[in-house]
Amino acid sequence: MKILVCISKTPDTTAKIAFTDNNTKFDAAGVQWIINPNDEYYALVRAIELKEADPAAVIHLINVGGADSDAIIRKALALGGDEAIRVNAENLDSFGIASQIAQIAKENNYDLVFLGKETIDYNGSSVGGMVAELLDLPYISLATKFELNGTTATVTREIEGGEEVCEVALPVVVSCNKGMAEQRIPNMRGIMAARTKPLKVVEPAASDALTEVAAFSLPPAKAGVKLVDADNVQELVRLLHEEAKVV
Amino acid sequence: MSVLIFIDINEEGAVKKTSLEVLTYGARLAQQLGVPAEGLVLAPVKEELAALGKYGVQTIHQVQNEALAHFDAQVYTKAIAQVAEKTGATVILFSNNTDGKALAPRLSARLKAGLVSGAVALPETANGFIVKKSVFSGKAFADIKIATPVKIITLNPNSFTIEAGTGTATVAPVEVTVDAPKVKTVSVNRQSSEVPLAEAERVVSGGRGMKGPENWGILEDLAKALNAALACSRPVADAHWRPHNEHVGQTGGAIAPNLYLAVGISGAIQHLAGVNRSKVIVVINKDPEAPFFKAADYGIVGDLFEVVPKLTEAIKQLKG
Repeated sequence: MKILVCISKTPDTTAKIAFTDNNTKFDAAGVQWIINPNDEYYALVRAIELKEADPAAVIHLINVGGADSDAIIRKALALGGDEAIRVNAENLDSFGIASQIAQIAKENNYDLVFLGKETIDYNGSSVGGMVAELLDLPYISLATKFELNGTTATVTREIEGGEEVCEVALPVVVSCNKGMAEQRIPNMRGIMAARTKPLKVVEPAASDALTEVAAFSLPPAKAGVKLVDADNVQELVRLLHEEAKVV
Repeated sequence: MSVLIFIDINEEGAVKKTSLEVLTYGARLAQQLGVPAEGLVLAPVKEELAALGKYGVQTIHQVQNEALAHFDAQVYTKAIAQVAEKTGATVILFSNNTDGKALAPRLSARLKAGLVSGAVALPETANGFIVKKSVFSGKAFADIKIATPVKIITLNPNSFTIEAGTGTATVAPVEVTVDAPKVKTVSVNRQSSEVPLAEAERVVSGGRGMKGPENWGILEDLAKALNAALACSRPVADAHWRPHNEHVGQTGGAIAPNLYLAVGISGAIQHLAGVNRSKVIVVINKDPEAPFFKAADYGIVGDLFEVVPKLTEAIKQLKG
C-alpha cells in the first residue's frame, strides 16, 4: 500500500499575525514555522498507524514550497514518513498547489492521499477536494475515523450536528479531522533516521492561478471587557438582554 | 449570467439553516450584479421548494436522480457542473459547511473557476471581483481577487443575516447524467433535536476549570436555558471528557455565534482562534488574569460552580 501525505508549512499557532508590503504579504519576521497541525496530528499520524499495522506500507510526504520547508519536512520524516518530495514552488494559490500534488500523485499511483482538513493560515479546506477532482477520485472530507479492511475503507466524517459512516474502495483522497489520531512527538531514533531519508526536490509543472490575494487586514480591536460582580449575575443577564441583545 | 446557489438538504429532507444564509447572500449578490438568483437542489427534499422564493431567488432547479440520494462529493460535483453549464451560472455559492467544503473545491478544479472559501461579506464588484474571507483562524481577513469567468464562493456560517420577504420561486426540474456513487453511506448518526454547533446562535463552552466530565450537568442546564449548543476547549476533548466534535479552537472547529459563553477556559491563543469571530464573548473564570478576559465583551471573575447555576436561574427568570 502506498500512502501520500500532503504537508503544509504554517506559522506556529502562537505566532503574531502582522502584514508587510502595504498589507499584501504575511510578516514572517520572527515567526516559527511548523507542520500544519491538521496535516501532522491527524493525517500523518494516522498514516503512520496504518503503516504500523501493515509494515509493507510506504508513506510518501509531499510539500509544495521553497527550501525553507525542508525543516518541517525533516520533522515529518522523523515522525515516520519514508521519503519526501518537495515541489519547489512558492506563492501558489490552492489550485496551483493542488495541481502540483495531483501531478506527483498521477506518477505514483497512491492508494491513499491524506491531508489535514485545512491549513491554520489560509483556512481554505480546498486542496484535498481539488486534488481528488484532478485525479477523478472519491473524496471524503473532515474524516474523524478511518479503518481499512483490505482495499475497502470505512470512514466516519463530520456532518452538521453529528457524523456519517461511509464505505469506499481505494484509491481515495481523505481530509483528516480531529479524532483520526493523536499528536506524537518524534523520538531520537526517528530524528537520526530522518537525516538520511530521501528528500527529493522537483521543479513545478506549469499550473494556473485562479485567485490572488489583494490585501490582508486585521479585525478591529475589542472595546474592552465589562466586568460584572459574581454576586450579581442578574446584571449580566440584563446586559446580554438589553445592551448586547443576544439573550 | 446568473448566481447559482447550492441548497444543502439534511438527512431528514429539510433545508439546512446555513443554506438560508447563502440564499439571502446570493439574492443580494445577484441584485448587485443585475442578474437572476437561482437555487439548486440535488438531494431528496420534503420541504416546499417554491417557498424558498421568499429569500429572493427566482428559480430553483431541482434534480431528482437516484444516484444523488446520498452524498458523494464526486457525483454531486458532476451534477452541479452540468446544471451550472446548462443555466449559464457565473457565480456559484455554497455554505462553508461540511458539504460545501467537500463540493466547492472539487467544482473549482473541474470548472477552473476561482474559489474563495469562508467568505464573510458580499464581494466588491465595482472594480473586479474581490471577496473578503477569514484567514489565520479568525485572526485576520484577506481580500481575494477572483479573475476567472466563473467564480465560486463558500460563505462562513453565521456571517450573513437571513432575510425573508414574500416571493415565490419557480421550481424547474432539470436532468443530469451521473455515474453511481462510489462512496456508500452506511449510517448517519445525527441528533436532530440538538442545534448543530457550527449553526448555533448561542454556544456554551467548558474548559479545564470544569474539573471533570461529571460536572458538565451545570453547563448542559445553562445551554438548555439559553437554547445554546455545547462546545469545549482542546484539553477537555483530548482528555475525552467531551466528544471531539465539541472541540473549538485552532485545531478543532471554528465558530461565529452571536453569543459565546466560555466557562473555566483560560483563553489560550489557539482557543481564541476558533471563537474570536463570535459577536459577543462572555467569560466566567476565577482567575482575573486569564487572557480570555482581554478578548471578552463581558466577564465575571468568580467560582464557576457558584456562578453558572445562578446564571441559569437568572436566564430562566428572564424567559419567564
